[in-house]
Amino acid sequence: MSASIDTRRLTAEEARGLLDRGEVSPRELWDAYRAAIDGSNDELNAFLTLVDEPEGGGVPIALKDVISTRGIRTTAGSKILDNYVPVFDSTVAAHCKAAGMPVLGKTNTDEFAMGSSTENSAYGPSHNPWDLSRVPGGSGGGSAAAVAAGLAPWALGSDTGGSVKLPAAFCGGVGLRPTYGTVSRYGIVAFASSLDQVGPVTRNVRDNAILYGIISGRDENDSTTVDVPPVVVPVPGNLKGIRVGLPRQLNEVEGIEPGVKAAVAAAIAHAGALGAEIESCDLPLSVEYGMPCYYLIAPAEASANLARYDGVRYGLRSPGDDFREMVMNTRHDGLGDEPKRRIMLGTYALSSGYYDAYYGTAQKVRTVIKREHDALFERFDVLVSPTCATTAFPIGARSQDPLAMYLTDLLTIPSNMAGLPSLSIPCGLSDGLPVGLQLIGPQFAENTLFRVAAALEEKIGFDPVPVRLR
Amino acid sequence: MAITREEVLHVARLARLELTEDEVERFAEQLSVILEAVSKVSELDLSDVPPTSHPLAVSNAWAEDEPRPCLPLDEVFANAPDRDDDFFRSPPA
Repeated sequence: MSASIDTRRLTAEEARGLLDRGEVSPRELWDAYRAAIDGSNDELNAFLTLVDEPEGGGVPIALKDVISTRGIRTTAGSKILDNYVPVFDSTVAAHCKAAGMPVLGKTNTDEFAMGSSTENSAYGPSHNPWDLSRVPGGSGGGSAAAVAAGLAPWALGSDTGGSVKLPAAFCGGVGLRPTYGTVSRYGIVAFASSLDQVGPVTRNVRDNAILYGIISGRDENDSTTVDVPPVVVPVPGNLKGIRVGLPRQLNEVEGIEPGVKAAVAAAIAHAGALGAEIESCDLPLSVEYGMPCYYLIAPAEASANLARYDGVRYGLRSPGDDFREMVMNTRHDGLGDEPKRRIMLGTYALSSGYYDAYYGTAQKVRTVIKREHDALFERFDVLVSPTCATTAFPIGARSQDPLAMYLTDLLTIPSNMAGLPSLSIPCGLSDGLPVGLQLIGPQFAENTLFRVAAALEEKIGFDPVPVRLR
Repeated sequence: MAITREEVLHVARLARLELTEDEVERFAEQLSVILEAVSKVSELDLSDVPPTSHPLAVSNAWAEDEPRPCLPLDEVFANAPDRDDDFFRSPPA
């Protein structure tokens, strides 16, 4: 006896309820998502690889294609890994498997998670379910688009400079960038190791907390992981005693869309009505210097991490008369423009004569950014701002101008540099497109973020189903 | 903060990237714009500021030094472009 399954509206928690009560069989649930994928993946390009047979009887999940999955092709959005089939599971994939969650497929991403729109994917851009002519954000646009369009109840992304938060904001979803060190990076295709962090993309805050609870925890295969406080799945309530800081440099950033500003202001008013104390504050240097700092440190780390693509052990190999020529040809043919730019930028920043001026200086700026945030968290429990100054932009609008694309992450980068957790929740529409609200907490304060987000979510009453799909 | 075509070629060689003539020109232009933007970090007086290489103060995360099973060789080589017995095979160095 199959209940009718509306994949656009069903939360993962509700799906689990249907399974637990025997109202829907695991196969029926899987088939419902598969039918949704078959119906609209052609127009969304959210999935790069689909799994045909479910493994596990729980709530299905979609995984960004930088997450290694044993026996399932993992491309990282790159031609250099076009034929790569991992022989081991990443820790987060293993956690999902242990929880009985079958993987629906692997979702599109900017190549090596380098980008803010998925236009840098070697497999073509994903499309925003709210407006197919617009980007879903990046790099994890495939996961966010899949969740928003009802092709998956929930998904995992990875966030280096904003690659979970930004796509969640552009697609009307909830995206968590966890505290650095709370989720294992073992088996995640590495981009910038001191910044990369896997996080959940969901349709509501409770699902996000549930999924974070499943994937987080110390892992002996990633020595940067730590013990994680127990996750509290939040119940919407008041915000009495919560001190909310509004950093002017994030909230009054140049170029902010009026509709974004209005939606964020409305959310802040809700926080006040729920009992939170709200006060403006400053991050004098973190925003202005965050982007330059990030685009030295992340490419420097990327240039080292991507040295492994040499045509020897796995991935593409192009012909060459000797070893060096083979390696150079392989990297020329297999890597797209954005990884090439970042590898060269990072190599330059680390090269003899420039190291101190670029990479060394950026590391000191990172200390400044961390200290500014630490100081604010002596006075506040959470900092609030827009996730991005604009809503989703048209496909092609920024793809020919790398610097304009880099500036898309202006508001998500600073807290990432400081290793802090942050959450994007939808707070309204601007000209028919979702607006993301960014909540930033001190390290390991995910439960506070969930509590504040759940309270706001209930007051805001955002409908996560894209208007064109209602 | 213009980066010259010689510098692009030097960096590409360090990074083992073959570039076409068209790419050298395009990347020189784009990297110049990006470098100018990121050079902003040099405006600050950072003489008393220590560097941060990592967001958490984790040190000495030891694991027990115990032998454990590793991947079977056929799995190790499963994605290799070329294999010769128990070796990865490559063109001559």
